[in-house]
Amino acid sequence: MNHILIAPVILPAVMGALIILWMRADLLLQRVFSISGTALLLAVALYLNWLASSGEVLVYRLGNWAAPFGIVLMLDRLSALMVALTAALAFAVQLYAFGSGWDRKGWHFHALWQFQLMGVCGAFLTGDAFNLFVFFEILLIASYGLMIHGGGPMRLRAGVQYIAYNLAGSTLFLAALGVLYAVTGTLNMADMAARVAMMPAEDTALLRTGAVLLMLVFAIKASLVPLHFWLPSTYANAPGPVSALFAVMTKVGVYAILRFYTLVFPQDTVIEGVVMDLLLPAALFTLVIGQVGILGTRNLGRLAAFAAIGSIGTLMIAVSQFTPQATTAAIYYIIHSTLAGAALFLVVDMIGARRGDLWLRLDGVMPGNGLISALFFATAIAVVGMPPFSGFIGKLLVLDATRNAPEAVWIWTTVILTSLVAIYGMSRAGSLVFWKSYEFQDVPVPVLAPAPAKPGPIPTKLEPDEHIQDLADAASPALAAAAVGLLLAGIVALTIFAGPVTRFAAATAEQLHNPSIYLDAVLERQEGTK
Amino acid sequence: MELLLSSAIGMLTAAGTYLILRRRSFAVVLGTTMLSYAINLFLFSTGRLVVNQPPIIESGVTSYTDPIPQALVLTAIVISFGMTAVTVMMALGAFLEGGDDRVDMPRADRQPETSRIDAGDDHP
Repeated sequence: MNHILIAPVILPAVMGALIILWMRADLLLQRVFSISGTALLLAVALYLNWLASSGEVLVYRLGNWAAPFGIVLMLDRLSALMVALTAALAFAVQLYAFGSGWDRKGWHFHALWQFQLMGVCGAFLTGDAFNLFVFFEILLIASYGLMIHGGGPMRLRAGVQYIAYNLAGSTLFLAALGVLYAVTGTLNMADMAARVAMMPAEDTALLRTGAVLLMLVFAIKASLVPLHFWLPSTYANAPGPVSALFAVMTKVGVYAILRFYTLVFPQDTVIEGVVMDLLLPAALFTLVIGQVGILGTRNLGRLAAFAAIGSIGTLMIAVSQFTPQATTAAIYYIIHSTLAGAALFLVVDMIGARRGDLWLRLDGVMPGNGLISALFFATAIAVVGMPPFSGFIGKLLVLDATRNAPEAVWIWTTVILTSLVAIYGMSRAGSLVFWKSYEFQDVPVPVLAPAPAKPGPIPTKLEPDEHIQDLADAASPALAAAAVGLLLAGIVALTIFAGPVTRFAAATAEQLHNPSIYLDAVLERQEGTK
Repeated sequence: MELLLSSAIGMLTAAGTYLILRRRSFAVVLGTTMLSYAINLFLFSTGRLVVNQPPIIESGVTSYTDPIPQALVLTAIVISFGMTAVTVMMALGAFLEGGDDRVDMPRADRQPETSRIDAGDDHP
């Protein structure tokens, strides 16, 4: 048993606790410890990838209890990849948070950041359904704190909406787990898979209910239409770096769908049809809503949020096929959409820091217009999936994998048409913000009397609104730009090394579609356990 | 007992669902609390309902109650308790800063309050 498997959970937990207990008042110490914690996490994640690349499923039994009774962590290629992706993203975005000065805007940014990483990594590593719920709660609780970092009425209101929506989601998660436990009598994923496989087809009504309930929960996390309503306001109002980190949070939902519906409920068992029939239409609608939202919105923050929804749509089209080839495409697209989505949120935040707000309207030329517009241009190309970046390759892989599906016409039409809509939306936003600003003459705006304050319990606000990060407050705009450059470099690397990455993704998909490896590793090879 | 438990779960769920669909955050908080009570009872019932049986192995006892759902309910209670506290604090913050306690986003989240030259009519 290799103890390094639990390091991605323990390390951020210890770091978060240290930060909150010992260096609460010292931002510099917090920054040093937090970034070195994330760098260490990245190193551990790369080592885990090396371990997982043997194709073996490594199992960590907590307390060395035998499998269906104790909690297990499982490390396969997919979970190792997701942990590495999370760590790499967190590292780059954290640099942005230093550079833009966002982490100075309120208390406990770094502690919450570490707890967030703990929850996300734990969710990727766990092999126990109830433990997955616990890690979901950890990442959600940390995300509530991060989301309202910096305060301000709009952000708090969006936070309340977010928390209410996710509380309902957690309740649903518990209900799904209760149903599955009542039917199978176990919560260990591998054990559950073994029992589901043995279940006679006529006794599966309750099981199918549980499977669909569980899918609803993961669809909320992944923000699939029609369960996406929490996302636009949340992501648009959260601080830029936090929204960028949240780019991996929707992928937790996608990961859980991939994990559960390949391992526990494979498509050739009783669940066949139920999930697929629901997932594909939802994915197509998600794609349409996301891309139309890019065109329809009047705010850059919401534009990035709708781009995130659109990328989930493309991703879920691939996932809903449940063939090894489509899963390969999905895994490639997960890496791409996480990096590109995060980069877009960061660029939007940079624009907000220079313009003062994020509304899509004519305004004067902002400082650093050239650099920011180049970054926006590159990111937008990556997000909408035009060549030369990895979004194009990802979409090609998805289209290629669905070529022989019965619904291929629907999928191809939707993907291609909505890409056009997204390109149009992005170019409209870019040209309005960057090009047309040179034509802008500052016509005297009629000064409106300030709107009368709403009758609230406190007549004056305690602190000024800090909705948008202010450029003057940034510690180092160069570091912030470099962090975005780091993410873009990741996208470029993903494009150049598309061959090896696709081969790795294909090996991952093959492993995922062979559940017997997991059953063998978790349930059979248990020598030396209690 | 089955009837009592299932009707209690059903009524709590119905009340909770109604309340979380309300527009004020106070009702929503109450609703999520009721939903989590309903789910706790439901989880409790997933180990089959038996009366007066021990959950831990003892000599001379042949019939047991399932201990796992009880452990799950304990975890769920702790989490939902903490979450309710967080929700109340957030709702209170939004109420104090935003001036009202509605859970839906105001119009100013979607479009600018002052209409300068904006995206809609940028043709001079």
